[in-house]
Amino acid sequence: MKRKHLFILAMVLTLAGLGCFYYKVRQLKLPLQPKVQTMLWTLEAEVAFKAQKAPIKIELFIPKNNPNIAITNESFISREFGLNTETEGGNRKAVWSKRQAKGKIHLYYRGVFRLTGVERTLEAPFDRRDKTELRKPDFSGTRLEASTALIAELFDKSADMESFVIALLKRLNQSDESAATLFLLDKMKTTEDKADLIVRLLSLADIQARAVHGIRLVQDLKFARSDLKHWVEVFDNGKWHPFNPETAEKGIPADYLVWWRGGEPLLKFKGLKDCKVAFSLARNEEETQFIVSDRNPKGMPFLYRFSLFSLPLQTQSVYRILMLIPIGALLVVLLRNVIGIRTLGTFMPVLIALALRETQLPVGLMLFIVLVGLGLGVRRYLEQLKLLVVPRLAAVLTMVILMMAAFSVVTHLLGLEQGLSVALFPMVILTMAIERMSILWEETGPGDALRQGLGTLIVATFIYLVMAVPILAHLVFVFPELNLVLLAAILLLGRYSGYRLTEFIRFKVFNTKEKSS
Amino acid sequence: MKAWGGLKQSGILGLNQRNAAYTLVYNQRRLYPLVDDKLKTKALALQAGLSVPELYGVIDSEYQIRHKLHDLLAIHPEAVIKPSKGSGGKGILVLTGRFRERYRKNNGIIMEKEEVGYHVSNILSGMYSLGGQPDRAMIEYRVQFDPVFEGVSYMGVPDIRIIVFLGVPVMSMVRLPTRESNGKANLHQGAVGAGIDLAGGVTVAAVWKNTAVEEHPDTGASIKGLTIPRWPELLKLAAGCYELTGLGYLGVDIVLDQSKGPLILELNARPGLSIQIANRQGLLPRLDAVKKQAHDLHSLAERVAFAVKTFKTAAACNPNN
Repeated sequence: MKRKHLFILAMVLTLAGLGCFYYKVRQLKLPLQPKVQTMLWTLEAEVAFKAQKAPIKIELFIPKNNPNIAITNESFISREFGLNTETEGGNRKAVWSKRQAKGKIHLYYRGVFRLTGVERTLEAPFDRRDKTELRKPDFSGTRLEASTALIAELFDKSADMESFVIALLKRLNQSDESAATLFLLDKMKTTEDKADLIVRLLSLADIQARAVHGIRLVQDLKFARSDLKHWVEVFDNGKWHPFNPETAEKGIPADYLVWWRGGEPLLKFKGLKDCKVAFSLARNEEETQFIVSDRNPKGMPFLYRFSLFSLPLQTQSVYRILMLIPIGALLVVLLRNVIGIRTLGTFMPVLIALALRETQLPVGLMLFIVLVGLGLGVRRYLEQLKLLVVPRLAAVLTMVILMMAAFSVVTHLLGLEQGLSVALFPMVILTMAIERMSILWEETGPGDALRQGLGTLIVATFIYLVMAVPILAHLVFVFPELNLVLLAAILLLGRYSGYRLTEFIRFKVFNTKEKSS
Repeated sequence: MKAWGGLKQSGILGLNQRNAAYTLVYNQRRLYPLVDDKLKTKALALQAGLSVPELYGVIDSEYQIRHKLHDLLAIHPEAVIKPSKGSGGKGILVLTGRFRERYRKNNGIIMEKEEVGYHVSNILSGMYSLGGQPDRAMIEYRVQFDPVFEGVSYMGVPDIRIIVFLGVPVMSMVRLPTRESNGKANLHQGAVGAGIDLAGGVTVAAVWKNTAVEEHPDTGASIKGLTIPRWPELLKLAAGCYELTGLGYLGVDIVLDQSKGPLILELNARPGLSIQIANRQGLLPRLDAVKKQAHDLHSLAERVAFAVKTFKTAAACNPNN
């Protein structure tokens, strides 16, 4: 009866855990591998100028959240300037202003972006608010004539909007073309100019279009304004369709970060003679840990919002560690109840394993041995003073902490940074371990005490090695529901009543007997 | 897999199975304090008219260490000081007499007055108790063991452990202290365990540090064939502890005093498994036999008779011993 109940419970937990996991993998497309989409890009814009006497106002377009590229973090260095970010015509812009400033000034914008891995839909959704004004064609004289002729010709040769645009782009990209095209292009040096020309030509044909400016997140680079990549978006049937003006292909690559749209300049300034802006783009591997923390999870399903990602980054990093504890607990159950290794304190090995994560294995093991060894020495010495138990424990705890501090200082002076992470050792528990070990030492001799100490280290090392598997850490954090499966395993192990592995050694008399008969 | 078969065939009870199928099932949690606190056990036993070592006094505060402890020890220079909630023989101090203002331990070492006081203070603060909870120190009669054990124990007092399942004694052994065990009767500390045939009370096999032995490692005296005096009395005493506590799976520790006869030393709700090694017998077949018959056994006498009849020859006739 109880057995059945337990199996059903374990089954329900497993199914719930796996079901939730499956949904998140298939529907929400959360990554199974820790490194698939963890590429983060830091984009930095540096605005440099020399202040004059006049009041200063600087406007710089900054990227906004996109389905394919999400902003994970943003910061500004504004010195003593007032800073405002505003949205205007579908674009975001940072506005710095100050009544009076002196000398050379550098202002920074820094954004951290993540490729979400979400397919960029070909048609960017039309947003009523970002309706740009129809760009005026602005042609005159012979240019107007040439343009009109070109449009008329291409209109004749195409069937719909798409084929028309592609024909136009192809024509503009041909080098050996008619005089009319050359004439239009002669002043076009950059792709940006070309994109603008295309928008004007389309406007002449009564097709609403706009230029898109941005950068592809492909490699580390320092770049200037002229290195930006430009696209053209054409409005048709309620959607914006992107086209590459260079290749005449439809679509925008997934790694293209849209910066701003329309014909306005990237940087506008008032009250200055000159203002320069420089950019840099860097891939950030270190921060790949902190993914999926989009600032704007609007429109994401409930389960997504109701997850650990909704927490602030700092809390998330705490849960990254906490979520590993159930794995450790399961391993403790296995090692104690199935293998039969004896340890000091039930879950102390888990805590030591967590500390090992910070210190790395060899250093951590050494620290543990040194601290426990010294602690045992101190405990032995205090024994002579005949202190009461609680004060003695407190004294050992204090000594342990002082020893840790001394250790950190010494290793730091020697240039070994790992000594600093000693502070993460669970010292209160360490103190209890020292106490228990010394009682064991007195009561049953050093053999048992050392055996249990060693058992603790072996179990801790094993747990550490398992916890260090990156994919496990990733899975339990991104899919905390997998802990339900672990829970089910723990519950089932709770009814394991077979022999422990070490009992074969303990009862080996019965085996030798079996062989001899 | 061969190893697995050997253990299973011998009917060895493993720790997991003991916990899952016996202590968890037959021992109710609320009854544990009765045996975990030796003072409670003692009171209970006295009430039921079972014999226990005489309690000289209880020390339960630091104040009493200074004022009561040494007065008590002055009246009873031979005494045992033990934590009321201690486990595994931890924290037991045996005093065999006085020397001027000092005390003599059972290993002959002389202790200062304040050393004894410090030991009691450690007991009070829970150093030896389960989970470190505050404890009391009991001072009781030091057992003078029966001469039958004269040649086969070193320094300490041998005790007899009887496993009682649903009121039926199922297996027993006597634990003989050695020099290595420092006078303690704990097998994993180096004491010798000798299995006892339940029917006749004769030792049949002995084990020391996981190997079979025939004689005591310190004295060289033969361990095999020792007859425990007043055996039927011991069995009844042990079986009676079922009614006493209500615990279905129980380890009863009894000492044989040369003048006072069998005394209940302590009860254990999670008795260890080494008894199987000492007897070269697994517990499982015996436990199963009791399970099948339990509802037919109504009185204490019936249960003891059943044990004597059923577990009679099992160990005594084992050719390997």
